[in-house]
Amino acid sequence: MRALLLIAPLLAFVLITFVMPIADMLFRSVENGIVSDILPRTSAAIKDWNSQGVDDLPHENVYRNLLVDLTIAVKRRTQTRVGSRLNYEAAGISSSFRRVGRGLRSFNTEPYSNYFIHQDENWGDTGYLEQLFSNPRISAALPSSASAFRTWQTDFSSDQIITPDDFVFVALASDLSTLANDKVSDLGIDSLRTAHADIDQLSTSSIKHMFIEFDKNWGDVNLWKTIKTFSPRYTDGYFLNAVDLKRGIDGVERRDQSERIYLVLFVRTAVMSLTITVLCILLGYPVAYLLAHLPLRKANLLLILVLLPFWTSLLVRTSAWKVLLQQEGVINDILVTIGLVDDAARLVMINNQFGTIVAMSHILLPFMILPLYSVMKTIPPSYIRAARSLGATPFTAFWRVYFPQSLPGIGAGSVLVFILAVGYYITPELVGGVKGTFISNRIAYHISSSLNWGLGAALGTLLLVAVLILYWVYDRIVGIDNVKLG
Amino acid sequence: MTESDNEFVCFKNVQKSYDGKILVVKDLNLSIGRGEFLTMLGPSGSGKTTCLLMLAGFETATHGQILLDGKTINNIPPHKRGIGMVFQNYALFPHMSVEENLSFPLEVRSMGRSMREQKVKHALDMVQMSEFATRRPSQLSGGQQQRIALARALVFEPELVLMDEPLGALDKQLREHMQFEIKHLHERLKVTVVYVTHDQTEALTMSDRVAVFDDGIIQQLASPDTLYEEPINSFVAQFVGENNTLTGVVEKIDKSSATVRLDSGDMISAMPVNIHKSGERTQVSIRPERVETDMKRLPEGGYTISAEVLEFIYMGDVFRTRLKVAGNDDFIVKSRNSPDQSRLTPGETIKIGWLPQDCRALDA
Repeated sequence: MRALLLIAPLLAFVLITFVMPIADMLFRSVENGIVSDILPRTSAAIKDWNSQGVDDLPHENVYRNLLVDLTIAVKRRTQTRVGSRLNYEAAGISSSFRRVGRGLRSFNTEPYSNYFIHQDENWGDTGYLEQLFSNPRISAALPSSASAFRTWQTDFSSDQIITPDDFVFVALASDLSTLANDKVSDLGIDSLRTAHADIDQLSTSSIKHMFIEFDKNWGDVNLWKTIKTFSPRYTDGYFLNAVDLKRGIDGVERRDQSERIYLVLFVRTAVMSLTITVLCILLGYPVAYLLAHLPLRKANLLLILVLLPFWTSLLVRTSAWKVLLQQEGVINDILVTIGLVDDAARLVMINNQFGTIVAMSHILLPFMILPLYSVMKTIPPSYIRAARSLGATPFTAFWRVYFPQSLPGIGAGSVLVFILAVGYYITPELVGGVKGTFISNRIAYHISSSLNWGLGAALGTLLLVAVLILYWVYDRIVGIDNVKLG
Repeated sequence: MTESDNEFVCFKNVQKSYDGKILVVKDLNLSIGRGEFLTMLGPSGSGKTTCLLMLAGFETATHGQILLDGKTINNIPPHKRGIGMVFQNYALFPHMSVEENLSFPLEVRSMGRSMREQKVKHALDMVQMSEFATRRPSQLSGGQQQRIALARALVFEPELVLMDEPLGALDKQLREHMQFEIKHLHERLKVTVVYVTHDQTEALTMSDRVAVFDDGIIQQLASPDTLYEEPINSFVAQFVGENNTLTGVVEKIDKSSATVRLDSGDMISAMPVNIHKSGERTQVSIRPERVETDMKRLPEGGYTISAEVLEFIYMGDVFRTRLKVAGNDDFIVKSRNSPDQSRLTPGETIKIGWLPQDCRALDA
């Protein structure tokens, strides 16, 4: 209990500033509220629609509900958000939404209000409608119109207007046309029964036609499929996108060749991180060996040299590599001066994979050397002596006796370097160019530039899962108990 | 015995310095016979381990020659010397099983598999560890690890085995048991053993000869009984076995006896060992078990002196009495617990006595 109290401040800090934001971001990879929040009635109405062919457009009622939703969205200025969300999935949708939002005013919806008010004056009276919808049985039977009316009351109405806007009647028409005769009779309201009887009259002023006439894209089955696919609250769309798949006309399919970028990036991130890890082992092992076997005074000096990069800003180190590696840089200049490289054919060593690998190996090297060093320091020199006295040559003694005992250090260093490398961002961004960037650069792009947070979160989740799986595999093969950091 | 059998291992004028200034081994000359069990005994920093490491090839002699079976080995790397070695912490390879540990020296000698298996089995039988062949060293007790380390040093049948305080990490009982086991192995296999220890009991129990090291020099090289009974200087007398010392000045000296005036004023007679002229300061050494508290038992010619009893300790097989004798209040007497032995009470003043030949006048 006291232990818990002692760690409580840190725990709270970590929970609030680290775990919760990450959990929130990860949640965004499946969360998809925009369509169902802004187009709630359309989302509900389109559920039953399953396109059988190019000409099989959604029912008139779906269009009616879309009109209701869009009218409200325009009033709330949210219609463009739906557009841009759906635009991630199918380019061009955004403009359809933007245009129809502006053109909605020109749709002739008067026949709808006229139809009801001509039958019964009461339909034009807010008080009558309010009383009608306050009956829970009726609001349950007419969900679209009930919610449309309430929204109208809060967002649209003012003291001067007593007759609701046309969209409320469009919603009413949509609700009524889906109800069966006996259901309407059960409600026991005469005006509803009368309105229901002749509701088919309204098909002459089809909202569907108005949409398609205004913009023929609304007659495109694929646009509606996109809306239907992304209308549920939760979606696997971001994840599919993150592995270059999409939900097409016939379920999940691969993206077009030109749109496949993420799998390549994942593979490249893994391969380059592995290269960096191997390079760090090759470069770091001899240094760690030297550190562990030099007299203390010299070892400390060397250790400071190893740690020196830690005390220098990451940006400075990366920029230093820019200075060294660029075509007009120090290395090229030297090579040209001594005649190894022709001035016209200066080496391209930066803004590609080579640059990223060189700079990151340098930056991550201490993370390999330190665990190796601390493990090597615990290997008593008597093992090597024992091996030598038993007849082993210096190399055999090293390879059969010393090296196996230093493996936990290699393991710890590799896990550390690989995991750090996989998520590295700044260095590939600065020296990686196009070919040398990592998946993390793409994640950063989606978080800060394209603002497609869902996709960014999905990519991040995949990266996290991949690292966890690697960790698990490593634990099974090497055993995490064999990893020593000191 | 031929000449080379007497000089199987030979240190000739060997010196060693780590920093070029201080000699840790000063002009060492030592011959070890074939099949001999020689112990290098000394306090830490006396140079004994350095000598062992030079013999094994892990340190190079700054000066002088080391010969093995008549050949200079100064420039031969350790793995070509064919010397078995047992380390203080056993140095069993933790990532290999017992079998693999034993097989290692045979593998690096490119021995065939069946031959290897036979030799490993034989070596394990020798130390009665056959059923532990597949265990890892970490799954064995200290004593078991010790046996495996021994078997590994012997499995490739070296003629010379070096042991660097191999029993240091074991508890007393196990240590005594292992001492006999190593001794018996040595007798059976007839290998030459160079054994390093700082434990004088161990040295006396196991060795054919003991070389007592101090300050980079062999102080005395002798068989255990000679070493104990006839130490040639005060360091050896102090270091090997328990010892009472009385300090004084040589009054009179001839070949077989010396008269010493103790600092308390008492005059005693003693055997002169490494004192040369009167007026020299001396330490007179008497073993605790050679002092008699019962005057009836003191043989003819014994010297008597009065003493005050300070402490009486009952130790089971012996009584240990601390006395104040001639100003020295740390004078120990050990007497056997026999039925007629009297138990002294602290505070009483008694007479004690010893034979002059048990009383050795050494350098101060």
